[in-house]
Amino acid sequence: MEKPKLVMIGNGMAGCRTLEELLKLAPDMYDITVFGAEPHPNYNRIMLSPVLAGEMGVKDIILNPIDWYAEHGITLHLGKKIEKIDRINRCVVSSDGTKASYDRLLLATGSSPFILPVPGNDLPGVIGYRDIADTDMMIESARLHKHAVVIGAGLLGLEAANGLLLRGMDVTVVHIADWIMERQLDKAAADMLMQSLEAKGIKFKLNASTAELVKGESGRVCALKLKSGESLPAEIVVMAAGIRPNAELAKTAGVHTNRGVVVSDTMQTYDPRIYAIGECAEHRGIAYGLVAPLFEQAKVCANHLAMHGIGRYQGSVTSTKLKVTGIDVFSAGDFMGGEGTDEVVLHDPSGGVYKKLILKDDMLVGAVMYGDTSDGGWYFQLLKDKQNIAEMRDVLMFGEMAHASRVGDVGHQGQNKAAAMADTAEVCGCNGVCKGTIVKAIKEQGLFTLDEVKKHTKAASSCGSCTGLVEQLLASTLGGAYQQTNPSDKPVCGCTDRNHGEVRKAIVDKHLLTVSDVMKELAWKTPNGCATCRPALNYYLISSWPHEAVDDPQSRYINERHHANIQKDGTYSVVPRMLGGITTPDELRAIADVADKYKVPTVKVTGGQRIDLLGLKKEDLPKIWEDLSKAGMVSGHAYGKSIRTVKTCVGSEHCRFGTQKSMTMGVKLETMLFGMYSPHKVKLAVSGCPRNCAEAGIKDVGVIGVDSGYEIYVAGNGGIKTEVAEFLVKVGSDEEVMEYSAAFLQLYREEGYYLERTCHYVARVGLDYVKKIILDDAERRKELYERMLYSLQGFEDPWLQAVKDPEIRKRYEIIAV
Amino acid sequence: MSNWKTVCELIEIPVLGSRIVRSEKEGDIAVFRNAEDEVFAVHDKCPHKNGPLSQGIVHGKTVTCPLHSWKIGLDTGEAQAPDVGCTKRYDCKVENGVVLLNV
Repeated sequence: MEKPKLVMIGNGMAGCRTLEELLKLAPDMYDITVFGAEPHPNYNRIMLSPVLAGEMGVKDIILNPIDWYAEHGITLHLGKKIEKIDRINRCVVSSDGTKASYDRLLLATGSSPFILPVPGNDLPGVIGYRDIADTDMMIESARLHKHAVVIGAGLLGLEAANGLLLRGMDVTVVHIADWIMERQLDKAAADMLMQSLEAKGIKFKLNASTAELVKGESGRVCALKLKSGESLPAEIVVMAAGIRPNAELAKTAGVHTNRGVVVSDTMQTYDPRIYAIGECAEHRGIAYGLVAPLFEQAKVCANHLAMHGIGRYQGSVTSTKLKVTGIDVFSAGDFMGGEGTDEVVLHDPSGGVYKKLILKDDMLVGAVMYGDTSDGGWYFQLLKDKQNIAEMRDVLMFGEMAHASRVGDVGHQGQNKAAAMADTAEVCGCNGVCKGTIVKAIKEQGLFTLDEVKKHTKAASSCGSCTGLVEQLLASTLGGAYQQTNPSDKPVCGCTDRNHGEVRKAIVDKHLLTVSDVMKELAWKTPNGCATCRPALNYYLISSWPHEAVDDPQSRYINERHHANIQKDGTYSVVPRMLGGITTPDELRAIADVADKYKVPTVKVTGGQRIDLLGLKKEDLPKIWEDLSKAGMVSGHAYGKSIRTVKTCVGSEHCRFGTQKSMTMGVKLETMLFGMYSPHKVKLAVSGCPRNCAEAGIKDVGVIGVDSGYEIYVAGNGGIKTEVAEFLVKVGSDEEVMEYSAAFLQLYREEGYYLERTCHYVARVGLDYVKKIILDDAERRKELYERMLYSLQGFEDPWLQAVKDPEIRKRYEIIAV
Repeated sequence: MSNWKTVCELIEIPVLGSRIVRSEKEGDIAVFRNAEDEVFAVHDKCPHKNGPLSQGIVHGKTVTCPLHSWKIGLDTGEAQAPDVGCTKRYDCKVENGVVLLNV
């Protein structure tokens, strides 16, 4: 059967991104043809400024080389401008007469610079600033001529002025408004920016409008005359006074247009066979001129072209960042404020820092920053998420650092501001990736998202503690083109568009019991998922439907599948459980015997108060467990997203300061929770007095004995990012400690996303929410407690299972040939 | 030159799972079974840092290495982009429910 034909007009970033998304969803669905008016394959238009400034070359900014089109079977027509869309015969015709018929047509024609209607606007030397040809022309002119005038002091105009200046020209910027970048900055920030641009050598004429462009002897433009009568010498005039969507083609074809081609939330035009995307499209009255919204549109459009039919584009909030090396400006949202808003301003003229935040109804609605923009990404996120900032109002101005106490963030020399780091400074301490390497990859490989940086550089792909720094680097390198995604909205992985919350809800609502049922119900894009989604699905299934959903070992990470920790050389480590960190001579003897018998190379005491046997061969594991089982020992689950340990201090059984029997309490808790699987690992501790020798303040659940009972703390973490546990409740009895702790952990098990620690879960939902359920609603607490006990009922030690069941045991054997 | 050797019965390899086969000549070889009951065999060492591929999660015709999540194509032995590397693959087939390996 012949495939339906998809024709794309325009070969720019928005269009190609749509094709990439489409090829991911439905690689063989369409016969694709692309027409590009420029002679180049798709390149990164936002990097034209660095090219003009001489910081990068044209070949560095190519996003999809010619081979890419061929690899995906796309017919590419370069240098051919489409002149006509024939909707009745469903075909398009290009300038050289090339015809292509379509079943679906994608308009990605972009925009054009607005050319001022003044005499002389068609003279040689007068250009817009849009593409590689314009850039080449400016570079060429800068070699031959002296004077340049840029009309318009917006983002593009200033970047053009800076580039021409760096190319050795004498540059004047003519601007019609009272201050520069008036659509992104208030006067205070704009004045500071203008001062530093003036210090670089750019001249400005504000409140100035152009009367005419004067023709010189050579026939080329030689001067620009202002309405005031003043004349500025100019052999190049760059028009950067705004852009106009290229909607003419659609309009002539009778497709409804306004400023741009009008599209619905599915990016469909009024002709259902025609879609429009990017700068040529007008969505809910807005035609966007920045890259970031285009990518969101691309996702939605691809989804509909692939006939999945579930995406909706609902508009974007945009932010701006100027790409002039050495100058940091950031702006987002409503930056002018006005009636009903509060302005918080920090202004240090000598220090060169200006920050203004606009607040309305306890929400951040706008931000302007000059000098120090490192918190731009964070403010932008708060703004987009419409987050309530009442609680952080007092420190909001001082940035993310002041808000989230990030002390203890390890692995990158305590740095938290990427801008302040040298190129050679290590950002990712796990994989040894430096700042320079990341920035280079973002620029040269055209990376736009955190996931892409992770894939290409490995930075932030192991422990993730440097994620914030990498996001800052994306923001500072890409400027407004970078949009941070809210982690909760992110799809589980590339196999689906559903996020964790949606997947879990479907499992609960539809009573799904197997991994393949979930994939069928939610239309997974891959036949059997991947190493990211399968473990998540398996966890959601067994935690939502205990004793009903059957655990799928092949969907578990190797450690949980084989009940031991894989090590770098492929050997395993085994940690028997020692409840509350208490052991006996018999247990120790059994461990020593195993270590002798199997020639265990390393025996180590762990941080969780037990003993680790390292360097074991896979085929020996069942035999080792058999020996340990005989001494009454069971799996310590040191390998699982599960209950790990309950650390205890000696407590009032022996300690002269102890107020409670912490060892006994710890053993009770660990016994209760044996076999508990959870979104991520869970660690507890019980201290017998506030001296807190068991370090309960950095545990998922920390219990501290006081004379009159116990204090319970939750959501602490001693790992990547040290998080101090927060006080939940004070209780009087051991039974209450069990009930409250179990209820909290069950809530986390039911609502936490896979691989989310308790500290991240509580940060997401808020401690108040947790308190409302666990403290204020006794019935709900008891239900949670009972559900926890029910799901752990009859849990059998996985080591003993492997010892007893010959089928399981076989999985550890090696076949000789 | 073909030198087919019997490994085990197909049902002795879990669906989306693997078994390790030890050959004196070649060392450890990972034999995989996917959801379509196809079998594949590659050297049990990831081209990245020698991780045991047999212990990874199998999906489609790919295995994700348990050490650093490189994705290796089971039918080609090649790492998925942007990672670059290749592990040796062996011919492997099922006949009458028995898995055969050419080593």
